[in-house]
Amino acid sequence: MPFYVAPEQQMKDKADYARKGIARGRSAVVLQYEGGILMVADNMSRTLHKISELYDRIGFAAVGRYPEFENLRLMGVRFADVRGYQFDRRDVSGRQLANIYAQTLGTVFSESLKPWEVEIVVAEVGDTAAEDEIYRITFDGSIVDEQGYVAVGGSSEHVAGVLKERFESGSSLSAALNTATHALAHENGEERELEAGNLEVAVLERSRQHRKFRRIHGDRLTALIQQGKSGDAAGASAGTDTADGEADQD
Amino acid sequence: MFEGFEGGRMPAAFMSAGTSSFTEFLRAVNPELLPGRHLDAAGGSAEHLTPDATTIVALTFPGGVLLAGDRRATQGNVIANRDMDKLYRTDEYSAVAIAGAAGIGIELARLYQVELEHYEKLEGRSLSLEGKANKLAQMVRGNLGMAMQGFVVIPLLVGFDETTEQGRVFSYDAVGGRYEEQRYHSIGSGSVFAKGSIKKLYRDDLDETTSIKVALESLYDAADEDSATGGPDLHRGIYPLVDVITEDGHRRVPTEEVARLATEVVEGRAAHPDGPTALLD
Repeated sequence: MPFYVAPEQQMKDKADYARKGIARGRSAVVLQYEGGILMVADNMSRTLHKISELYDRIGFAAVGRYPEFENLRLMGVRFADVRGYQFDRRDVSGRQLANIYAQTLGTVFSESLKPWEVEIVVAEVGDTAAEDEIYRITFDGSIVDEQGYVAVGGSSEHVAGVLKERFESGSSLSAALNTATHALAHENGEERELEAGNLEVAVLERSRQHRKFRRIHGDRLTALIQQGKSGDAAGASAGTDTADGEADQD
Repeated sequence: MFEGFEGGRMPAAFMSAGTSSFTEFLRAVNPELLPGRHLDAAGGSAEHLTPDATTIVALTFPGGVLLAGDRRATQGNVIANRDMDKLYRTDEYSAVAIAGAAGIGIELARLYQVELEHYEKLEGRSLSLEGKANKLAQMVRGNLGMAMQGFVVIPLLVGFDETTEQGRVFSYDAVGGRYEEQRYHSIGSGSVFAKGSIKKLYRDDLDETTSIKVALESLYDAADEDSATGGPDLHRGIYPLVDVITEDGHRRVPTEEVARLATEVVEGRAAHPDGPTALLD
């Protein structure tokens, strides 16, 4: 017997399904710091990345189902490389990539039975902090241009709330990392201790030549976390951090 | 927005697991962007259509490798370009220089650059230096049809091998043969003279600055004997370009430093026009 489901109901069911899927995983945050854009994800795996490089100035962070956002990542890298080869490296922009992601996710959401359970961030570091661009794209293809910081994931509202309280523009890398880990650690109202092993961290470094994306892991990450914590303990009285051992090789 | 991007969907190839080679991907989705596609159909020799690029030298020194090239491009007896850049940083630990048909060579180098980066981004790790060398061999081989029409492109690849921690040099022939060179090599129309010059000046224990000096001396000798190679142009401030690759990655030697060393070379030639002489015991 044929049955009728109202389009509103259909869309709502799909959205609920996608939200539930995304909520099963951990969140990720992207925020500005004095030297560029910091991307942090709660990720146990060292090889299955949630954060990656799309192009010279552009990074990608995603949460949700790995195979689905991995497909989106491949698409973005291919699109950017074709674009950059066809025209010039400067002609690849975060806005373009955010748009094709939004359109792709929007099409999948409205046409397929099963929506993709992903939420992604496309961040582009500019020549100055004012030119940085951060886009958040959700499973239904909506796209939001965020200022300063963004959180994605199941409890992103909660994480973004913590970020909002603690975010300061122009903070040092260690301070920004501390803000990010603090927000991620209290994700579900719980108290967790996030260590270097649980975190995937990368930066888009404004001052870097050529490709600005760089992963931070191992000893350098541990040192930065320590530095952030001690800066936190010293309190705001100490003011902004001094130089914090900027870019070295990864 | 993008060719084929219709109805909010990218072509399927963009999202398939598929290949991590950019060239193969481009062949599938956008073949007209590949270098030299249109020339295949041209028929006959068309080599007069694009200028030639000339002398390149590469030499290794302890802990690194250096690549240097002159700036001149010629078209028959005419100097087509005085300040051409024939060296391409292909990734953090490798660089390529091209000799031969400039128009095709530039595209080849650009494509190779994207190829290495594309692989690195998709796979999460870079190709090994051997892998990079073999990939370039395939691309040169792909150009064979055009080489037969006169568009011969010969690259020279240098790279820092992170496993053995030393600089290495790879040369190629027009059919894609790949040869690893020991210590130093030169390609292009002035290569015979440049290589002879390096041969007399090279030592195994040269430091970076002295290696640059040797490279500049050899390019001077090439320019001295070969009309298609340009020497340092002090009046216009056009000097050879030098790229150095060490453990710290790729670095283009600043113009001021090359200018200083090149001026020393030119001044040295005022006293000894044939340059430094090798010691005979």
